Amino acid sequence: MSELEQLYQEVVLDHARNRRGFGLGPGDAESHQINPTCGDEVTLRLALGEDGGIRDLTWEGHGCAISQSSASMLAELAPGILPDELQLRIDAFREMMRSRGQVEGDEDLLGDAVVFRSASRYTARVKCAMLAWVAAEEALTRLP
Amino acid sequence: MQTSTAPLLDDAEVQLLRQDFPQLQETVNGHPLVYLDSGATALRPLAVLDAERDFLLHLNAAVHRGAHTFAAEATEVFEQARQTVAGFVGARSDEIVWTANATEALNLVAYSISNASLGRGGPEAARFRIGPGDEIVATEMEHHANLIPWQELAARTGATLRIIGVGDDGRLSLEQAAALIGPQTKLVAVTHVSNVLGTINPVEDLVRMAHEVGALVVLDACQSAPHRPLDLGRLRVDFAAFSGHKMLGPTGIGVLYGHSELLNALPPFLTGGSMITTVTLEKAEYLPAPQRFEAGTQKVSQAIALAEAVRYLERVGTARIEEREQLLAARLVDGLAGLPGIRVLGPGAGEVRAGLASFVVDGVHAHDVGQYLDEVGIAVRVGHHCAQPLHRRYGVTASSRASTYLYTTEHEVDVFLDRLSGVRSFFGADR
Repeated sequence: MSELEQLYQEVVLDHARNRRGFGLGPGDAESHQINPTCGDEVTLRLALGEDGGIRDLTWEGHGCAISQSSASMLAELAPGILPDELQLRIDAFREMMRSRGQVEGDEDLLGDAVVFRSASRYTARVKCAMLAWVAAEEALTRLP
Repeated sequence: MQTSTAPLLDDAEVQLLRQDFPQLQETVNGHPLVYLDSGATALRPLAVLDAERDFLLHLNAAVHRGAHTFAAEATEVFEQARQTVAGFVGARSDEIVWTANATEALNLVAYSISNASLGRGGPEAARFRIGPGDEIVATEMEHHANLIPWQELAARTGATLRIIGVGDDGRLSLEQAAALIGPQTKLVAVTHVSNVLGTINPVEDLVRMAHEVGALVVLDACQSAPHRPLDLGRLRVDFAAFSGHKMLGPTGIGVLYGHSELLNALPPFLTGGSMITTVTLEKAEYLPAPQRFEAGTQKVSQAIALAEAVRYLERVGTARIEEREQLLAARLVDGLAGLPGIRVLGPGAGEVRAGLASFVVDGVHAHDVGQYLDEVGIAVRVGHHCAQPLHRRYGVTASSRASTYLYTTEHEVDVFLDRLSGVRSFFGADR
């Protein structure tokens, strides 16, 4: 696999084409993030269930395949876990994305998003991958 | 200006020029660099680096102060540099103000007008005063640097900002311009060449409309000064801005051109050392232009290097560069037009444009296009190119831009087009 093929693996392109969680649903907290260098943006909502866990993560926005697939993978990951647990996973994702390819990422925590280890080697693309995760992090602080 | 007998700048001569640019020997992932991002910043020839280094190694001193040999000589070459750059754009040397970049040059005009509007500069600055009821006219295709300073000036003074729109063909609507520009217009800000569309604007028409109603014209010449003959005196614009690093010169230096009569009536923006005659604890009196706009330690080695860049461009000939880039632009746009799922923004195939082309790939985001090209060493710009409103006008948030310069070969354009032809299939956008 070339470096480019590692960056754009089939799972990335699949999530970019069929975006999970796309289309804003009802929510208890929202965040809007912009990547000012490219104008990409995401609006993300978290909805809590009666048990205090995250029932739904929905989002809207536009951007490159990296930012779109990363948001889609996050939307797949969040439902059913507690807000604190989501924060831990965001921390784990950030650690991997800042590692320039050194940190492998725990698939149990990050699911499909471990694939972005290859994107972490491209410093210009780290922000693309982080966009939705930063939005989720801010939304977490706004939960009731 | 060139005569019609000047030989074409052909690929053979370009091959020789390329030896002056060591970065062109670099590789990316084993592929030779194909640098198609000169619209963002140009590569720098050895002569320019040598000129800056020679000055710093042998002549370095503070300018416009001190009486020692080197201070005097440094001042002289610094002022010669101003003369060289002035001659390059059809200006007098007292009409050339050094700034950090074109953005600062445009902000200098906006803030000096603000200061005049607050009553600074005395009676001779009254002509610059603007306020509620007055209008500033800009265009939809401006780089943020020639838009936001006017938004801010309008907000500070209570004036209104009006916008000339861009058509689907990438051209300004002159009917709309004629309708917008009237007695209430105080200033018209327009780019000479669009950094996104490659459109070459009818500056003469806009200057005529503006001057008929007594409005000032501020020209963004960032994409014209490096690429085509530029005669600001003949264009009769009142102010113009361009940057060093887009024309083979260093970063950290830009130029403000202002008609000398206007510059000498305009109150200063940045104040401090080097721009004064008499200072008391209460107030100060200012030097004539250009010094009154050059507060503090100046960009001396950068100015000297920029003058060397200008000499390089003059040796090649700006008319030949323009002609060459029009051929490259045609090759670029014709090639892009032949690729399915790719839309070129701005003037279409067969129409005159500057040597750059921005395009949108159906189903593939510009960032991904850029990454795909970079894999084989092709460097293009991706994003909104500091022109968000213009991209919004065309219904996109981002585009990819390939831009050429005097060292770009036809082969490089072909390599780019060939690689790009596979982008939709790589991302599955053609399915």
